[in-house]
Amino acid sequence: MAQIFPKWTLKLPIYILLAVGFLSVNGVAFIWYYASPNYTDVGYRPKQPVAYSHKVHAGDLGMDCRYCHTGVETSAVAGVPPTETCMNCHTTVLPNSEKIAPVLESFTTGNPLQWVRVHKSPDYVYFNHSAHLRAGVGCESCHGNVRQMEEIEQKEPLSMSWCLDCHRSPEQFLRRPDQVTVMDWVAPDDQEEFAKNVIAHKDIAPPKDCSGCHR
Amino acid sequence: MSSAYADQKNVPIDAPLVLGDPTFGDITESVGVITETKAPVMWFLLVGFFASLAAVLGGSVGYLFWEGTGIWGLNVPVAWGWAIVNFVWWVGIGHAGTLISAILFLFRQRWRTAINRFAEAMTIFAIICALVFPMIHVGRVWVVYWTMPFPNQMGMWPNFRSPLLWDVFAVSTYFTVSLLFWYVGLIPDLATLRDRATTKVRKVMLGIFALGWRGSNKQWKHYERAYLILAALATPLVLSVHSVVSFDFAVSQLPGWHTTIFPPYFVAGAIFSGFAMVMTLAIVARKIYHLEHIITINHLDVMNKIMLATSLMVGYAYSCEFFVAWYSGNEFEQFAFINRATGPYAWAYWIMITCNVFIPQFLWSQRVRRSIPIMFVITIFINIGMWFERFVIVVSSLANDFLPSSWGYFTPTVWDVLTYVGTFGLFFTLFLIFLRFLPMVAISEVKGVLPAAKPTHHGHGGDDSHMAKVTAGNS
Repeated sequence: MAQIFPKWTLKLPIYILLAVGFLSVNGVAFIWYYASPNYTDVGYRPKQPVAYSHKVHAGDLGMDCRYCHTGVETSAVAGVPPTETCMNCHTTVLPNSEKIAPVLESFTTGNPLQWVRVHKSPDYVYFNHSAHLRAGVGCESCHGNVRQMEEIEQKEPLSMSWCLDCHRSPEQFLRRPDQVTVMDWVAPDDQEEFAKNVIAHKDIAPPKDCSGCHR
Repeated sequence: MSSAYADQKNVPIDAPLVLGDPTFGDITESVGVITETKAPVMWFLLVGFFASLAAVLGGSVGYLFWEGTGIWGLNVPVAWGWAIVNFVWWVGIGHAGTLISAILFLFRQRWRTAINRFAEAMTIFAIICALVFPMIHVGRVWVVYWTMPFPNQMGMWPNFRSPLLWDVFAVSTYFTVSLLFWYVGLIPDLATLRDRATTKVRKVMLGIFALGWRGSNKQWKHYERAYLILAALATPLVLSVHSVVSFDFAVSQLPGWHTTIFPPYFVAGAIFSGFAMVMTLAIVARKIYHLEHIITINHLDVMNKIMLATSLMVGYAYSCEFFVAWYSGNEFEQFAFINRATGPYAWAYWIMITCNVFIPQFLWSQRVRRSIPIMFVITIFINIGMWFERFVIVVSSLANDFLPSSWGYFTPTVWDVLTYVGTFGLFFTLFLIFLRFLPMVAISEVKGVLPAAKPTHHGHGGDDSHMAKVTAGNS
């Protein structure tokens, strides 16, 4: 009886096996790297309506974060400042600068500046800035060293497992209240002991159940 | 029918399993020809009908995805309804196939060869129908993959202490092993069909799936070892899968669910319902495809005995539940069972008892066991009864729990019914396609139980005819 398949098909099973092995290993590796928020989200730096530099304001001039982000200690959202906050200084500081023009325009017309949000959490996540500040988590832990950023970009993945890492063992991230806005913070030598005390004293128990953040 | 033993009271233990003394070639011919001739009009009509029913399933599921589980009759306190009932029922049906193909193989029950292919196909299609339900009942279908444990950016894992997760593993393992077992069993037969094929397309298609089978001694040796290993893998699954399914209930604390008898009780029920479904299908198929000499009345008789035995087991389980409820002294437990038999779901309970315990008692009579019409009706009753068993367990326990103030009554909606009926469309469409395109009887295995396969056999017409048979068998 004539052969149905040519001779080279004898090698097909081994080729198929190799292909399946190759594709599955590479498929997993591809998704592992490219579908991770470390790739998809970290480094997000959208174009803002104003060439505002955090490096100049918070870094070189040394302004406190809370001068603009006023809600951070008292409410869920830190808040983006209204144009009026800018104008507290910029009525006298560089009022004619080209970079300030959109701010001036917003101030005269009353139309707020359309800042683009960089750090997003999903609608079903109930994140509260004040709770984290009260516990003593520094701004830097989530937002990176803002004092060195010309334009704000996302430095951390903000994924759920990233949140949970800290919720499960917050010891390395708790600071003294006067240190929360410090950038390039280095944990003191007695960090472990300090964290133990502060956890006991403030009764810090970060929720690890679903409803802690998803209600 | 040319059965020599059809009317005899006592079938001899060494009675031939295949009637009419066929040669190897006859077996190949009578099974193979079904897949090679043009399908009759009736087949197309039936496929058309059942495919439309399957489309009803698709439509119901589509609407469910669009609208949510609110289209079903579910509501607190009955938050598990027909979806779970149907899931357990379909998975249970699958168990007969595995029992026939694996356990009966290990126990050297040679009569299994006539029905194992058939029953395994039923197993696979039943699991497919069963798997529809856990997938669609979750409410948020777009995240159903969360039931699988895999590393993800949420750092989220399923609850490994939940029997619902064990269920995902149990049923997916069961499906994989059943499919492999079925396919490995098919390889020699696909090669037989390949060698008989006359068109290029058939030759290539069957050739691909026959994996280059030539029937050499070495190949048979490997094949039989592989088959034995798969049988050994599948055997514990017959017991474990439905035990795990029963844990979905038994691990909870609800009276009527929280009982230690559940695993064996569920396994017995699964085999019971599975055999009933195999019988229902086999009775019809052997008649239509003229396979009465291979799936003989003796086979049906033996399967009837298994149904009778498993019926007694579930009957024992039903009464044992009552005994334990009384013996426990727990008033909630006692109420749960008295309420089943006399409460709002008493009608379902007594349908279950009638179909699963009373009606199978007719099978004590050999005349009933060897009467095709009567046993057909009995198998239908058992199929119905086993569905009601799951309905009674799932719904009656939930509807009347600890607090009378939270009691409710479950009424299915039209979508419940259409989804369930639709799975029959899916099941029978797949089954009809199987009947048409694959050998529904394991040709090579049936040849193995013919007298001609015995080493001591010397043929009836001298060496020449013996050689002719062997050649036919290898063709």
